Parts: sequence; structure tokens; C-alpha cells
Amino acid sequence: MTIGSEVKQCLASLKGIEANLSSLAIRTPDDEAKHVLRETRVLVNGVVADIQKRVVEMEVEETQYKGF
Amino acid sequence: MPDWLAVIGRSLLFIVVLFLVAKWLGKKQISQLSFFEYVIGIAIGSIGAAVAIGLEPSIFLGVLSILTISVIPFLASFISLKSKSFRNIIEGKGTVLIKDGKIMEENLKKERYTTDELLKGLRKNQVFQVADVEFAVLEATGDLSVLLKKENQPLTAKDLHFSIAPIKESQTVIMDGKVLDEPLSTAGRSRLWLQTELEKTGVLLENVFLGQVDTYGQLTVDLYDDKLQVPPPQEKPLLIATMKKCQADLELFALGTENKEAKKMYRENSEKLQEAIDKVEYLLKE
Repeated sequence: MTIGSEVKQCLASLKGIEANLSSLAIRTPDDEAKHVLRETRVLVNGVVADIQKRVVEMEVEETQYKGF
Repeated sequence: MPDWLAVIGRSLLFIVVLFLVAKWLGKKQISQLSFFEYVIGIAIGSIGAAVAIGLEPSIFLGVLSILTISVIPFLASFISLKSKSFRNIIEGKGTVLIKDGKIMEENLKKERYTTDELLKGLRKNQVFQVADVEFAVLEATGDLSVLLKKENQPLTAKDLHFSIAPIKESQTVIMDGKVLDEPLSTAGRSRLWLQTELEKTGVLLENVFLGQVDTYGQLTVDLYDDKLQVPPPQEKPLLIATMKKCQADLELFALGTENKEAKKMYRENSEKLQEAIDKVEYLLKE
């Protein structure tokens, strides 16, 4: 597996984590837990944005990484 | 009417009367009789018995007497709701038997409580050494309440400064293979959701003896057939595992890349993700 696809896979997992955190935050009835889950989601969201940017950079630099 | 038939009739009638009176007097009576209520309970019982077997020929008089007597504790409990001093007279007060770790011999004497009884009471509270006790009260109901010294109390999460995931009561949504709609809606779930969850674990509704939804909306089931294995809910452990994997991946990318800027970016994000893991791990642990 090329490094490009590894990074993309990691990005997908991160997005999954974000979605899971949101869904848990919505379902839990406890306010404190909700708050912690939301904060964590925001942190993960920042990571997702950075990795997304990196994926685009990689695609520009090395055209063979484009797509999947 | 033959005598025996009359006795049966009266007995049945008085069971109903006593049942209604007991219900009217409330729950408190059953669990913790103050001695006042204890006396009245006996009185009502024996009047009921006397009328039932015909010692007192008039049923009306019997019922009247029971009602009169049962009005008294009703009034008494009403007044004691309002007045503390009245409550002290009627229900009695607790007596401190151990204070600051020292036995109060005077109070033991006052309550005519022997040392053996004190030891027995402590043992019932799982205390075998008087030195472990900070404070103990003999309640008006005769129970002994014990406060252990702090170092002998069970260790709690607070003592260890641990954060632990908060829990709310779980809802029982399946009982004897039938879906209970009311708790299901209290948990904020629908029958459709339940159906999906059951399909996910691969069990039939008819095979579920008991199903509960926990704080985080996860379904746990107990089956009629105990040989079948049901996987425990996987969502939370899976989530934390994925987070840890991604964090490790980011660190690997940071090591792998030769681009300075990208290296820095990966490193920062792996730290950020580690922070996220530390923040949320206590909630996701089973």
C-alpha cells in the first residue's frame, strides 16, 4: 500500500470517529458526558481538517496518488 | 344462617376492612413501625379478630372502633409532619452510642443497651472492631447506624480523583420476549431501532428473556437459551480502539515523511488526537 492510500485510510477512520462521537453525544442523556463528547469531536474535527489539507497537497505533488 | 358461615363471612369482610385501613395509613407503617404505630396495629388486629369470630356481635361497632383507632395515627402523622417536638415524642429520637470513636457509656445505660448488643449491632454492619467506628447512632426504630472512620471506608473514585463515566438508570425494554413500549419511549428509542439492534446481534425477539438499554443507548440482552453467546455491545470499545490506531498512524506518518512542514503537521495532530483520547477515554471504557 502506498503512503498516499494509507493517509487516505486514516482520514476515513478519523471521519468515522467524528461521526461516532457525534452520535454518542446525541444519544447520551447525561449533560456532562454530552459536553465532553462534543469537545472531543471538535478536537478530532481539527485533525480531520489538517489531514484533508495534506491529502490535497499530496495529490498535487504526486499525481499518481490521485483518486484511490 | 349457621354459625360457621357467619364466621367466614365476617372474616372475609374484616380482611377487606383491615386491608383498606392499612392501605390508607400508608407505606411507612409496614417498613418502620414507631412504637406508637406498633401498639395501634396490635389493637386494630385484635379488634378485627374479635369481631370476625363473633365475640362482638355487632359488625358496625367493630368497624367503627377500627376506624376510630386508625384515625389517631393518621392525625399523629399529620401533626408530626408539622412539628419537630411532637415528632420526638411520638417517634422517639436516636441515641448516640459512639462519638469521635469513643463509646458513650452513659447513653448505653440510658437505653439499657448491653455491650454485647452493641457489638452485635456493629457486626451486623460488618464492623468487628470498635476502633474502626467514628460515630454510631441507635435509631428510634432500634437499628444501629454506623459511620466508619474515613480510612476504613471503602475507597471511592472520588478518593482516587478518578473521572468515571456517569450513568443513568437503564430501561428494561424487553421482558419475557415482549417489547415494552413505555420504557422504550423513555429511553428515546423506537420499535424499529430495537428491531435493528436485535438483527445486529443476530437474535430473535422471541428468544430474548430480558433486554435493557443503558445510559449510552446500547442494548444488552439475556436469552432464554443460555448456551447461545451474545456479543457485548462493541461500539464504545471499537471507537476508542480506532482513535488509538489513528493516533499511532499519524505518528508513523510523521516519522515517514521527509517534508519538514508535513512532519510538523502530523506530529501536532497526533498530539491533538492523544489529547482527545485522554479526554474521552473514561467515558468509553467498559
